[in-house]
Amino acid sequence: MEEKHTTDTFEVDQRLTAHGTYWAGKMGTRFYTALRDQQKILGTPCTTCNKVFWPPRSICTFCFSELKDVVEIGPRGTVETFTLVTYTEPIHPRTAPFLYAVIKLDGADTGMAHFLDEVEIDKVHIGMRVQPVFAKDRKGNILDIQYFKPI
Amino acid sequence: MKRNVAIIGGGQTFHAARRHDVDQAEMVNEAVRAALNDARMTMDEIDLVILGNMEFFEGTHMTDCWLVHGTGAYGKQGLKITTGGTVGATAVVTAAHHVASGLFPRVLCIGFEKQEEGDTGAILSGVAHPLWGRSLAGAAVGYFAMMGSSYMAAWGATEEHSAMVAVKARQNARKNKYAHLKLDIGIEDVLNSRMLSWPIRMLDMCPASNGACAMILADEKTAKARCKKPVWIRAMDTAHNEQFELDWRDVKTTRPIFSRTCAKRIYRKLGVQKPSEYFDVFEVYEPATWSELVWYEDLGLCAPGEGFRLIEKGVTEIGGAIPVNPSGGVLSTNCIGASAMLRVWEAALQIRGDAGEHQVPKDVRRALTTAYGGTNWTVMTALSRTLDD
Repeated sequence: MEEKHTTDTFEVDQRLTAHGTYWAGKMGTRFYTALRDQQKILGTPCTTCNKVFWPPRSICTFCFSELKDVVEIGPRGTVETFTLVTYTEPIHPRTAPFLYAVIKLDGADTGMAHFLDEVEIDKVHIGMRVQPVFAKDRKGNILDIQYFKPI
Repeated sequence: MKRNVAIIGGGQTFHAARRHDVDQAEMVNEAVRAALNDARMTMDEIDLVILGNMEFFEGTHMTDCWLVHGTGAYGKQGLKITTGGTVGATAVVTAAHHVASGLFPRVLCIGFEKQEEGDTGAILSGVAHPLWGRSLAGAAVGYFAMMGSSYMAAWGATEEHSAMVAVKARQNARKNKYAHLKLDIGIEDVLNSRMLSWPIRMLDMCPASNGACAMILADEKTAKARCKKPVWIRAMDTAHNEQFELDWRDVKTTRPIFSRTCAKRIYRKLGVQKPSEYFDVFEVYEPATWSELVWYEDLGLCAPGEGFRLIEKGVTEIGGAIPVNPSGGVLSTNCIGASAMLRVWEAALQIRGDAGEHQVPKDVRRALTTAYGGTNWTVMTALSRTLDD
């Protein structure tokens, strides 16, 4: 028997818009205040584990201690790994090509991803020394560090 | 149950509309530390961590991944639970199942929500069916308005009766130091509060709260060795509904089955004949006043159509014969992911005799808790002070 196909199919467009805010909390507030007002980058040391966290946090991931102190770290750091993004999607924060690098700041034990810019793509390598470029108009978010660039 | 499971500790944050002093991990951590302190345990002793909240209600996703330092889950086994308003109770039941399996002697379960940070209403509209409901949906108030409207028409209750529930909840909350809405209000205040969607007024609804609750469940061996006042989980049950059966067209006939189905099953497991005599206290999940009246009936605390008589006669007050929600309930505190766990934890505190000012003034040996959420389903737990009960 011949199968019957219909050309009448329906779809309903779905769009959800949900606004959110996130309170930076004890450590996040100290971090962004120092970054915005003094162009300083803070980490949190855990004296039990002998580690310094970047980004900072109030509780040690490893030993569950409450962390209350902060130390200045960086601003210079080292590229631990990187990638070159060569495709573009609407969700991307930048248009390709652009570079992401995980950067371990001097004095920190953890690395964090950020943009790498003002660099010749062919010369990027693991172990490359970098420094932050701070935004002129700092608002208290992670883009107050615009990107890192080679020293 | 083949292996007994006990609640050996728990804790909660203070609940409030604003928590600008902490981020989500720091807030969750407050409850986790309170639970560990209460159980006199360290994080090292926990075998499994279960985290519950509603995805995106605080504008964040996959909280089990990035709250690890707050929950203490680093390197441990664990699960994330998201089941609507039932989240907290589902987390408890999941924890209890893991303990009862014999594989995890000590389990930490956590429920939280930082509601001020997200758009709960917008995300809730995503629960509505994409084909039939989403273009019409507008969060939770309308659902309970249908319930109240149908309830009044069927049984002859009035808006004063729902107002009595609103007053009882907020007056009880004034005795609970952790509660969010501690309001010294009377019936007139409720009736004069802003009409949202008839017959639901502002004070007929729960607030949007920030807060967290955490509990530690353990096997019998650990509970007896480590805990002076273990509270035993004696039975658990869950019942679901189909989404389009949820319409409250007639409170007598065409109505959701989940609450009665679940109650019937959990009573059968325990051999309960008269729930109002068997249990000494109830903590039910009432997002709106009318739902508490429906719980009275669906739990069999009275006959159908008599729920509003119970509140009228004061039977369900803290000092009444059948105390319901001495904590102030969801009407006073609704940090959604924690709300259903708070029912279980508050019931456990009543059994331990540790509820403080809102302790029920009678011997509390057994308690029943309910949860309510998502597309109309419930999770119930029955607790007891001893294994003989």
